[in-house]
Amino acid sequence: MALSIVAAMSAYGANITLNGAGASFPAPVYQVWTYAYTQITPDVKVNYQSLGSGAGINQIKAGTIDFGGTDNPLTLEEQDEANLVQFPMLTGGVVLIVNLPELKNKELKLDQKTLSDIFLGNIKVWNDPSIAALNPEVKLSNTKITVVRRSDSSGTTFIFTDYLSKISPEWKEKVGTGASVAWPVGIGGQKNPGVCNNVSKIRGSIGYTEYTYAVEAKLKCVTLKNKAGKFVAPTPKTFSASAADADWENAKGYYMVLTDTEGENSWPITGITYILIKKDAPDKEKQQALYKYFNWCLTSGANSASKLNYVPLPMNLVEKVQNDVLK
Amino acid sequence: MVFKYHKRETRRGTLTQMQMNNPKTDLRTKRRSLRFRKWKDKLVRLFSIFSITLVVGGMAWILLTVISHGVGVIDFKFLTQPSKPYGIPDSGIANALIGTLLITLGAAVLSVPPAIAGGIYLSEFGKYSKIGHFIRFSANVMMGIPSVIVGLFVYIILVVPMGTFSGFAGAVALAIIMFPLVMRTTEDMLGMVPYTLRESALALGMTRARTTICIVARAAKNGLLTGILLGLARVSGETAPLLFTALFSDSWPTEFFSQPTANMPVLITEYATNSPFEEMHAAGWGAALIITLVVLLINIFTRIVFRTRHAK
Amino acid sequence: MSIIAEGACFRTHPLCVREKAMFATDNIFKTICLICAGLIGLLMIGFFVQLAFSSVGAWKEFGLAFLWSSEWDPVSEKFGALPSIVGTLLTTTIALVIALPLSFVSAFYLVDLPVAIGKILSQALDLLATIPSIIYGMWGLFILAPIMQNYVQPFMVDTLRLGDIPIIGRFLGEDYNGFGFFTAGLILSLMILPYICAIMRDIFAMTPPMLRESAYGVGCTKWETTKDIVVRYGIRGLLGGVFIGLGRALGETMAVLFVIGNMTQLPSALFDSGTTIAATLANNFPEAAGVQQSVLFALGLILLTMSFGIQVFAQWYLNTTSAKRGEER
Repeated sequence: MALSIVAAMSAYGANITLNGAGASFPAPVYQVWTYAYTQITPDVKVNYQSLGSGAGINQIKAGTIDFGGTDNPLTLEEQDEANLVQFPMLTGGVVLIVNLPELKNKELKLDQKTLSDIFLGNIKVWNDPSIAALNPEVKLSNTKITVVRRSDSSGTTFIFTDYLSKISPEWKEKVGTGASVAWPVGIGGQKNPGVCNNVSKIRGSIGYTEYTYAVEAKLKCVTLKNKAGKFVAPTPKTFSASAADADWENAKGYYMVLTDTEGENSWPITGITYILIKKDAPDKEKQQALYKYFNWCLTSGANSASKLNYVPLPMNLVEKVQNDVLK
Repeated sequence: MVFKYHKRETRRGTLTQMQMNNPKTDLRTKRRSLRFRKWKDKLVRLFSIFSITLVVGGMAWILLTVISHGVGVIDFKFLTQPSKPYGIPDSGIANALIGTLLITLGAAVLSVPPAIAGGIYLSEFGKYSKIGHFIRFSANVMMGIPSVIVGLFVYIILVVPMGTFSGFAGAVALAIIMFPLVMRTTEDMLGMVPYTLRESALALGMTRARTTICIVARAAKNGLLTGILLGLARVSGETAPLLFTALFSDSWPTEFFSQPTANMPVLITEYATNSPFEEMHAAGWGAALIITLVVLLINIFTRIVFRTRHAK
Repeated sequence: MSIIAEGACFRTHPLCVREKAMFATDNIFKTICLICAGLIGLLMIGFFVQLAFSSVGAWKEFGLAFLWSSEWDPVSEKFGALPSIVGTLLTTTIALVIALPLSFVSAFYLVDLPVAIGKILSQALDLLATIPSIIYGMWGLFILAPIMQNYVQPFMVDTLRLGDIPIIGRFLGEDYNGFGFFTAGLILSLMILPYICAIMRDIFAMTPPMLRESAYGVGCTKWETTKDIVVRYGIRGLLGGVFIGLGRALGETMAVLFVIGNMTQLPSALFDSGTTIAATLANNFPEAAGVQQSVLFALGLILLTMSFGIQVFAQWYLNTTSAKRGEER
């Protein structure tokens, strides 16, 4: 009986299924896109699983999926070696989230030194003098700081550790940049939602995650000091300010890291999230369907992306990608 | 004569002469106070009541949590709409329900025939033989293998060669977990059928095969069904193997053999822990409630149908 | 069975021919059943072989030192199994330390209850034991962990001042956040309690009434009977049950994954966060590649060996006591 159900369903199934997996950074938008696209093109079904950038890279290399999502960009050499093509899809911001009931959203201010000290484990309580000095109007309690970081291989981690390496020589020497590093302190959560969950459950915790998750989960964000010396709050405006002067002409293989950018209003931890596809896939029909889907995402999908607090790519970059890759 | 400074060994300690003279300190005859022993007994009884309450209470607490968090979410839409990404209204768990149904049925189809055949061997032919001993031993051991290892195993032998996650691989993983379970319960059930039945059949000239299939198995069919249902109930809640094999998908499980398939345990994991949004948490609790209810109902049903099972 | 012995049967005799055909199917039937049963052994061997195969890279790279190395640095690709192994052992130990006394005492009580209530409670316990492990994980994450952080752990450290007692304080740890070994151990103990309790209850019920009546006859209290007589009689069965619970706790993934904190480091205190082998596997597998993937398979092999060893031990124990417990061999 079960077999007949399956058979009947298969008769109504889609002709082409595109499977994607990878970064949890853009997952909220990707999943809205896959759903909407499947609705409007009934013979193509798209599916995206949020597994983490590392898993996405792994699986597109192994060929178990059709496209991978990652915020941990591959260099042109790595792309050629794995026979992959990479192109940017969205811009988003990595924000710090805290669980301090006495504070309001975006009220806590941290600068480069305090941020890196917290994640290095040098600062252990919230009412440490260096934090209090930056936040004179707020009364901080003597709660222990619990750092929450990613336990899986993550592009969000890559972006964040890249920033930490840029602002703190101690971090760069002790830990370094990477999708998965040897964290000096902190408990691990799986993917962005895992970090958010842990932060929301542990009083006095601080973690890093993508902005949309923080907004939708109603977690409190932190205001950071950027390179220009101004304290900026994380908003789509500050993300786009950071991405505004990105030099895409010289980005080989579209490899670009947007942390610690210049600019008065730049958010210091902005990231680009990418798509990886196989260069010469044997299934031409699938390849064409993939290109059509991504073209749709880059153009018609921009609206839903902004609604979810991401920053879509600027028009000229979209055209460049369309001409370069999606032909 | 025993000198004062001699010590005497008794089972309860060494005694000097002086201690032996005094009835209160002579361990050989000193009596434990009855009141003390009664008091100790009462204390342990109290502690045992406390611990039973703790245990049953703890489990009931878990059950109540699931019920209270999940009951508000379940309605008709929840049960009939497929799962949708966050932000899109009318999300449900229907595709996961069907996916779990297909995967567990697939596991049953794959594991039950060989398991019953194996159980028949153990109970009819292999009761006292060395091979039977070894196989029984292996089955008991296999029942205790962590499910995450099974997931790993199936990942290597199915997912990687096939190049894709699939509900079928999930069914294979669950079948591996179910196989020793059903085999052992089959053996136990068939063993409960009285010998006289078999001997009568054999006396009438039936072959062993016909005896087993037509007479013995038919006599034990309630028990066999119980075993299968219990196995199904057990594997329908397994998450770890499905994480490595069937993954998850937001669409109806139409490509069971070639695409990731929606299923309940992974949905619960995804919604409850891989999502920071309150609505998804609530949906996760609803799904958890459904699966708990299904498992409990199957177990209660089998206990009612086969009451004497507990006598073991 | 045919009166005519097979050897004396004329090949062409109609009765013999039909019988031979009939009984030939018997052999086929037996062989099919044997093959199906043998699949179990095949699977068991297959597990070991396949895991060993896939973990070759890790063994080549790190050698046996992998087992006691406590590094875990994905950036420089240096891995060690010690944190995971120790974490697994620690959570299992905590689970057993909590579960054993409780289940022993509960079984003690259950056995002596009037039949009606006793049966209901036992059935309830057995039923609750079938709850899927992911439910325990969810409950642990959403309910238990916050309670631990906000009430229990502060209670233990600050109110009871356990943190100030030198050795115990060091053992407990000063940083607590509701996640960690203690919480994971608690959840695990709740999971294995019903199994151990059921087995203990069965053992207690199986002791010959004569023994217990004799003990009552000389004036023992119920507790003394259980402690001195029944346990000594059924010690092997009890131990077998304990090992089965142990085996179950060893490989538990979902219940532990959510609350253990996922830090691959050696635990130094009870309230610390850490990891277990199963949690490391579940966390890192989807994205592991190259050396890391074979490292994870090596971890799986270690877990399989541990679990296999315990199961074999338990089965051996139960086998050697089956006669005593009245089971057929």
